[in-house]
Amino acid sequence: MASAAPAKTMPWVEKYRPRRMDDVAHQDEAVRALKKAMETGNLPHLLFYGPPGTGKTSTIHAAAAELYGPTLVKKLKMELNASDERGIQVVREKIKNFASGVVGSSAAVADADGKMHAAPAFKLIILDEADSLTSAAQTALRRTMEVHSKVTRFCLICNYVSRIIEPLVSRCAVFRFKPLAPEAMRSRLQHIAEGEKLVLAEATYDALLRISHGDMRKAITTMQSGAALFGGDLSPAQVIEAAGELPDPMADRILNVVAKTDFRQVQTAAKDTALSGYSMAAVVDKLFDRVVGAADMSDLVKAGMLERLARASRAVAEGCDEHLHMLDLLLAMQRCQHGWVVPTDSDPDAGEL
Amino acid sequence: MLWVDKHRPTSLDKMDYHKDLSSRLSSLAAHGEIPHLMFFGPAGAGKKTRVMATLRALFGAGVEKMRLNHRSFKTPTNRTLEITTVSSNYHVEINPSDVGSGDRFVVQEVIKEMAQSGSMAAAASVRGLASTPSAAGSEEASSSSSSSSSSSSSSAAAAAAGAAAAGSSRGGRATFKVVVLTDVDRLSREAQAALRRTMELYTSSCRIILICESASRVIEPVRSRCLALRIAAPTQPEIMNVLDAVAKKEGVELPKAFAAKLSRASERNLRRAVLMLEASKISNYPFTPAQMPQTMDWQRYIEALAGDIAGAQSPGSLLAARGKLYSLLINCVPADVILRTLCHCLCTRAPNDFARHQIVSWATAMEGRLRAGSKEIFHLEAFVARAMQVLKGVALQMAELQAASAAAAPAASV
Repeated sequence: MASAAPAKTMPWVEKYRPRRMDDVAHQDEAVRALKKAMETGNLPHLLFYGPPGTGKTSTIHAAAAELYGPTLVKKLKMELNASDERGIQVVREKIKNFASGVVGSSAAVADADGKMHAAPAFKLIILDEADSLTSAAQTALRRTMEVHSKVTRFCLICNYVSRIIEPLVSRCAVFRFKPLAPEAMRSRLQHIAEGEKLVLAEATYDALLRISHGDMRKAITTMQSGAALFGGDLSPAQVIEAAGELPDPMADRILNVVAKTDFRQVQTAAKDTALSGYSMAAVVDKLFDRVVGAADMSDLVKAGMLERLARASRAVAEGCDEHLHMLDLLLAMQRCQHGWVVPTDSDPDAGEL
Repeated sequence: MLWVDKHRPTSLDKMDYHKDLSSRLSSLAAHGEIPHLMFFGPAGAGKKTRVMATLRALFGAGVEKMRLNHRSFKTPTNRTLEITTVSSNYHVEINPSDVGSGDRFVVQEVIKEMAQSGSMAAAASVRGLASTPSAAGSEEASSSSSSSSSSSSSSAAAAAAGAAAAGSSRGGRATFKVVVLTDVDRLSREAQAALRRTMELYTSSCRIILICESASRVIEPVRSRCLALRIAAPTQPEIMNVLDAVAKKEGVELPKAFAAKLSRASERNLRRAVLMLEASKISNYPFTPAQMPQTMDWQRYIEALAGDIAGAQSPGSLLAARGKLYSLLINCVPADVILRTLCHCLCTRAPNDFARHQIVSWATAMEGRLRAGSKEIFHLEAFVARAMQVLKGVALQMAELQAASAAAAPAASV
């Protein structure tokens, strides 16, 4: 029992993280270009960007493992992510120190895995979640990158390339990671399910794909929580519950009430949704999907509702009182639906903070 | 002892509602292994009760022997922070948001330390399996008293010996410590970000259970590391059942009609419902059919305030409202609760939906400023003033319409 336990609680995301570059799903262009660069031994600085769960971190770690082999990789790779302290001080001291140290002999060594690794003449610094680096820290990085480029390569990983300052972007080879295509995700999920002895229906995979929007990590985590909570045979509804999403019947009810003209029904619906424990973020996400796809609304109504949802989303990010904001959102959507206007809609005081 | 605490179920199979969730939790606990968990749901839905019951299922009755600790520590900036923890041999409960802006240090220092040290019970049970129980007990006592520097050696020895006994009797299933963090949604972003790494690093020796009201205030990376469990508020029939059971145990006669009234007034908050039942029993027993549930006095006060606002809209009544708002704030009613309740009461009293829509918009706008600003009374008063403006506007409009229709009627007849 004791020996089986750690494997059981080990996140599947880690357990099934691609170890070799060929295992990285669906990012052929980036992988091909990287491989070519590695073969020639001429790796530029790298910048990976793309939505979460598309394999950015996995790719660079797999690349480092192939490049250095299991022993050297510990010495020659440094990773810093958002949970480490990363102010300008760290860039000046820690990164610079690591970057400036010399690399040992560049002769090929036979490593523990029996393969030969032509140990390259440079080290690798991976800055994960680089968009959370302060701009001062990014500026400090500029020169460091150039000065030490003989012995060190940087790999910056971020979700939004626009949050990286231009001088850094221009020093790197930029790769965009695209959201995973449904087929690629499905086959990967099936592979994991096989490994974990789960038998899932096709509809369950569809639900997993739908809730994850191309985010592999989210799909796998949801599958694991669902399996832990509901046992081996997950139903689509249970997937939605495990992901904490608003289920369709609840969304139906909200849209129905909004389409009516009664204040009190909207009030009750808002209260029930909040008391059921669904987070406002989940409600906003779900309603967004439903409104965009709604067949029976005019574009004008949709635009008005989406604007309201955008405002609500901002309020959620700021940590609002969910009961009040939920009610306000639904009432505003009701006004959009019926073309009602009240003075507060055009009053800048009531709208923006 | 209050009825709420006295009749709180202690094991998963005694839970009154969300039965399938309870059975899932007990099957999780039966493995002797849990992932990090996050319980979220509205107040009074039974999050804490379920967490304690899960711990009991994991570790046995030993988790109920709890002690209160105060500890203080220094931050790197040389500030001294104090925090209260409740702990048993198997778990520690801590509310990091108590210390306000220093919460990051609590996560970085205190929680990390607890996570690293693992549980005494775990160490004891491992040894208990290796050797005879009595030998394990003494051995463990000596080793832990020599290694522990912070706590006094005698108490550590006693605790370890007790833990060893418990561990060996249960076969040492769970070999990790649990840290229960409450009010996680009140933690600052930095503190939550610091939690991320801790959760990954010490998975082998420590599990974290997070409790919060709103899942959207917990950052995504933390959420995605936990198995999230939604605890919905009980429905009114479910509350009535619980009230009925409590009344039976207390030997109190509870008519159905009054139970229904209580459950309606509780707004699906079970804790509030049971408290109201007890308060109503003290104020008037046996219950009469016409009796109103004993609600909180601040609630009645806000209702009265809403009545004043709806009754007269003038600079004078605004001034009077200020006095009442101040006395609510002085009595430690949180400003957001005042705003929410006041908005709700005003919506009930507003003459039409046109006014209601506007009142809710204003309440929402002021809630945003309340959060961003620091002086609460300003925003509450601004809301009252806006609500008065809306109500006055609607009243004038209706008067105009009436006058117009009165004028139009003779004109039409001519």
